[in-house]
Amino acid sequence: MICDIHLSLETPEGAVLPLAPAGIGVRIMAFMIDFLIKTVVTMIIYVVLAFLGRMGIGLALILAFLLEWFYSVYFEVWHQGRTPGKKNFRIRVVNDDGSPVTFGPSLLRNLLRVVDFLPLAYVAGCIASISNRQFKRLGDLVAGTLVVYDAEPMTQPDFDIKGRMPVPADFTTDEQRALLAFAERSKRLSPERQSELAAILQPLLGTKEPVIAIKQMANSMVGR
Amino acid sequence: MKQGQFEQLYQEQWIRAEQLIHQLEDPKLERVESKELAEFARLYRRLCHYHALARERHYSSYLVDRLGDLVIRGHQQLYRRKQPLLHAFLKFITTDFPRLVRREQGYVWVATALLYLPGLALFFATLWQPDLVYTMMSPEQVTSFEGMYDPENKVVGEAREATTNWQMFGFYISNNIGVSFRTFATGLVWGLGSIFFLVYNGLVFGAVAGHLVNLGYNDTFFTFVVGHGSFELTAIAIAGAAGLKLGYHLLRPGNHTRLESLKRAGKVAIQLMYGVIVMLVIAAFIEAFWSSSNVLPAAQKYLAGAILWAVVIAYLTLGGRRFREP
Repeated sequence: MICDIHLSLETPEGAVLPLAPAGIGVRIMAFMIDFLIKTVVTMIIYVVLAFLGRMGIGLALILAFLLEWFYSVYFEVWHQGRTPGKKNFRIRVVNDDGSPVTFGPSLLRNLLRVVDFLPLAYVAGCIASISNRQFKRLGDLVAGTLVVYDAEPMTQPDFDIKGRMPVPADFTTDEQRALLAFAERSKRLSPERQSELAAILQPLLGTKEPVIAIKQMANSMVGR
Repeated sequence: MKQGQFEQLYQEQWIRAEQLIHQLEDPKLERVESKELAEFARLYRRLCHYHALARERHYSSYLVDRLGDLVIRGHQQLYRRKQPLLHAFLKFITTDFPRLVRREQGYVWVATALLYLPGLALFFATLWQPDLVYTMMSPEQVTSFEGMYDPENKVVGEAREATTNWQMFGFYISNNIGVSFRTFATGLVWGLGSIFFLVYNGLVFGAVAGHLVNLGYNDTFFTFVVGHGSFELTAIAIAGAAGLKLGYHLLRPGNHTRLESLKRAGKVAIQLMYGVIVMLVIAAFIEAFWSSSNVLPAAQKYLAGAILWAVVIAYLTLGGRRFREP
């Protein structure tokens, strides 16, 4: 997940919602999946309903029409802002205020795909979405909607070190948080990289094993 | 307070909140009872509080993120808007939509003029110079239109059998509503797209009408279009008006930023589109199942067409008005 473009929204309760707008790449991939699904389903509809004669063709035309214009609206409004493509990439559509997208804005953003598509292959939409911090295409700008990442499922971090060590009193809160973040991230770093990073603090900590020291400090900070 | 203590003290509430949120998110799970809903609202407020505390006290980002995630998910559920859809829809159709059209009538008049005036001009020009029809379409298209409205046909419009009505219904739905969507959406391009589609559709209609009158196919053509034209042409004009509104607000945002101005225009314009969709479904129904019938005498079709026009005009001008008691 890209972390440096987080958007903070304040709710009526005064809580701050951290939202991560989804970038253009992941949205294009989600779109591809949706496009593929729509195309295949449309083809199946025509092939099957053609057996029913002219009435079947009429029905197929209506279904294809609904699929073309209302596929995204249906999934966005009734499936928590996620079309199958978006669900696959763990992104979803929300209103600007972070609330679930409602029918009006969803229909508006999907009708305006026509303009985002201009002059061909969503060029206007791509230019628009790389021109603002929240990666909004034209439809999102007008409808007041936003595509964001779902929060990743979290697992309890384990620092794999027993014991505690007091944090030096002259560390600022930001510095303390940096230590904690290092301990939490350590699962995703190789042991070599861990020692490399921890070595930066060696002169400050004055121990032989800075990695262990930092993790023990983290333990004492979270009170484990 | 140490983080561990904090976690131990409130863990139970977080687990309960997560359980309720999960139940609310997944419609397949058991429904949440009203007593639990009250509990959820209370828990959500406390969650916001715990989240803020955890941030303020610089607890580990794992805990802050976990609470933050619960707050987001809870927020999504608490602020989910649900309304009785059918009731809202009926109220919209009977009162809100005609009122909205009247409130936005400036755009509607301009769009109507753009749709009809160039079309009428080309209609009369084609009567005067028959070859002008070829400025709008190819000779093949002209021949196909001639075939459709030849009085020798048993049925007018496209060649038909009984079940063809259904096929044409599907075609009119997907084609006409698609056209209205495009007419609306391209209005975002400084209004230019809407202007183009309105004028273009008007011109094609004018050219075809003029050409068929020249051939003496008056009755077959006009009896066909008079019925559904009331709903269809009016709906296209309103779709164009919604697009023009977007374009106008982009060009003249007034006291707002351009983006804010567009957002406000979009909110109103999309409501106009709801009405347009309904009107075009009605139009497609009339066009497929009634306009094409050649059994009825021309006089009757003109009469019915006049009534339908009167209905549309009365609906838009009088619908949703509150009349005072005498």
